[in-house]
Amino acid sequence: MLETAGRKGSSASTRAALHDRYLEAFRWMLLTRVFEEKLASLYRGGMISGGVYVGRGQEAVSVAGALFLQKGDIFSPLIRDQAGRFAFGESILDVARTYLGSRQGPMRGRDGNIHRGRPAEGYYAMISHLGAMTSVTTGALLAKRFKGEKNFVGLTTIGEGGMSAGAFHEGMNIAAVEQVPLVVVATNNHYAYSTPNEREFACVDLAERAKGYGFEGYAIDGTDLGACLETIGGAIKRARAGRPPQFVVATVLRLSGHGEHDDASYITEEVKLEPFARDCFKVAEETLLKHELADRETIAKWRREFSAEIEEAVGRAQQEAAPQGDEEDWHAISDRGLIDQMG
Amino acid sequence: MSITYLEAIREAQARALKEDDRVFIYGQDVGAFGGAFKATKGLAKEFPGRVLDTPISEDAMVGTAIGAAIEGMRPIVEMQFADFSSVALNQILNNAGTHYWRTNIPCPITVRLPSGGTKGSGPFHSQSMEALYAHYPGLVVVTPATVEDAYTMLLDAVAIDDPVVYCEHKYLYYHLKADKLPADRLPIGQARVARAGRDLSIVTYSAMLHDSLAVAEEMAAEGYEIEVIDLRSVKPLDTDTVLASVARTGRLLCVGESFPWGGVTAEVIARVAAEGFHLLDAAPRRVNAKDTPIPYHPNLWSAHRPNSKSIGAAARQLLRE
Ligand SMILES: Cc1ncc(C[n+]2csc(CCOP(=O)(O)OP(=O)(O)O)c2C)c(N)n1
Repeated sequence: MLETAGRKGSSASTRAALHDRYLEAFRWMLLTRVFEEKLASLYRGGMISGGVYVGRGQEAVSVAGALFLQKGDIFSPLIRDQAGRFAFGESILDVARTYLGSRQGPMRGRDGNIHRGRPAEGYYAMISHLGAMTSVTTGALLAKRFKGEKNFVGLTTIGEGGMSAGAFHEGMNIAAVEQVPLVVVATNNHYAYSTPNEREFACVDLAERAKGYGFEGYAIDGTDLGACLETIGGAIKRARAGRPPQFVVATVLRLSGHGEHDDASYITEEVKLEPFARDCFKVAEETLLKHELADRETIAKWRREFSAEIEEAVGRAQQEAAPQGDEEDWHAISDRGLIDQMG
Repeated sequence: MSITYLEAIREAQARALKEDDRVFIYGQDVGAFGGAFKATKGLAKEFPGRVLDTPISEDAMVGTAIGAAIEGMRPIVEMQFADFSSVALNQILNNAGTHYWRTNIPCPITVRLPSGGTKGSGPFHSQSMEALYAHYPGLVVVTPATVEDAYTMLLDAVAIDDPVVYCEHKYLYYHLKADKLPADRLPIGQARVARAGRDLSIVTYSAMLHDSLAVAEEMAAEGYEIEVIDLRSVKPLDTDTVLASVARTGRLLCVGESFPWGGVTAEVIARVAAEGFHLLDAAPRRVNAKDTPIPYHPNLWSAHRPNSKSIGAAARQLLRE
């Protein structure tokens, strides 16, 4: 089964009523925009060790994935999922602490930037290796089934680049074999770092791969928040109801460099004129204004409020002690009795 | 009644499944078929829904186990052959091995690797990969050489909160027998003096223990008293027991079945050189396989790996120095 929502025909944002969570989703997108602008500026100011990776242009897809998750669900986000991470419950302070290397952050300076999570809360901490989290999320769901939990789903994300990794294929296949309630949201932002789609895959429609894996697949316009909410929200509902695993492929353009170190000069002017190059955030903002769900003044006020919260969190994280080598125990296993004493 | 090394592995899994609801077994052909070597024979029937066949997806098998372990399960993953765990290397090293350190949430998976050479198995069904896994932080790596250890260390592996790579030796599957399953256990991380002696210490593990013991026996007839240490686990590595042995004998020979570059034998010698240089009466030596892929033909295979002849030659040489 392959449905196309959004891109062609009726786009949710032109329908009479907006999705009932549109405004809520927009606010997470706004918070993300404001925060990621701040992160980029901290990066430019040399205040961050390591890279900064933003999800500019992908906030709609990301937030729509996480917004419908509940306590007891699993969320395994990747590089461009700040909006989803916030919607799943991540605090501004956790992000600030991780990027700024505070000892009090969830990763305690041991890992940084996007490699963070709180697994005890169902929020998994990605490893860099693309595709690896697909099977890990599957295993978490398998465990929940073993333990007799009910009504749970897991959602993980991937880029079109990561979709070529063997681990991703293995993960998709094993998820379908296990028939776990998994939703995989892929975002084709047209580039994997600098590599364009033509050098990434040769099929016509990535969403069609769903059928080969034994997933139900959907293709959406990732610049259309309404379509994202409807289709990804629907996929989560279907997975929760016991349908086969769900695969959604959203199409957008990455509106940033791969990381903040990258000027993305390889993105052609032509591509920037494509319909998928629209900024989902601007589209959502205009839609809200048109539907009179918020006026410019209100949005500006939210922006100021978020900005203040962010400044406070960043200021606090900057004040906090950095981790120190001589305070670490330098052991990577939990069982103290099994530590290898290397002299 | 007698029980083989392979049966001990099966029995340990049966007991783990019976005593702990969190345990499940995940691997290729492990279900109704009972596994390529029959290490899970009958378990799928005895424990319905808990011994699951997987697709040929080593990465995803381990990935799935990791997710399940994070959520509180105790998965045992069976690799069909240790060699294929290379496909899962990323999940084992980078996901399982880093998880506790990064997030403070442990990742208690056990990955069983049917390891080591048997005649005619060739380059891709013969490898010993303990050194590779031991090199990476965050993993416990065990190499049982006896029926008793095969049993107790597998139960320990499942109970441990950290990822354990359990290297079981295929040659020992049918060749080793014990009268009964052990009632007590030596903890993981503790080496064992398998034979006491005072002239030379052979430090070894897994199947090479038996070749080394044969050499010690043979050389006893020549009047040498050779001590043989079974490391049992290569990570953690029991340096103290090794040093105590070298203190008694003054001579060290390390024997391992895997490739020579780096590895367990090199690690043992490095530690003894660093911490017990003054105990040595001669330069330490080691015997490993050759630095080529593992050959198929039995003639080549037996020349590639250490055997009682090459171990004996090295031991005699060392005793002359
Ligand atoms: C297995 C693996 N190989 C290489 C990398 C390095 N890398 C990080 S992100 C990236 C591009 C990913 O592209 P895509 O999956 O499309 O996601 P996007 O960055 O476009 O959101 C690459 C090559 C990696 N993280 N993992």
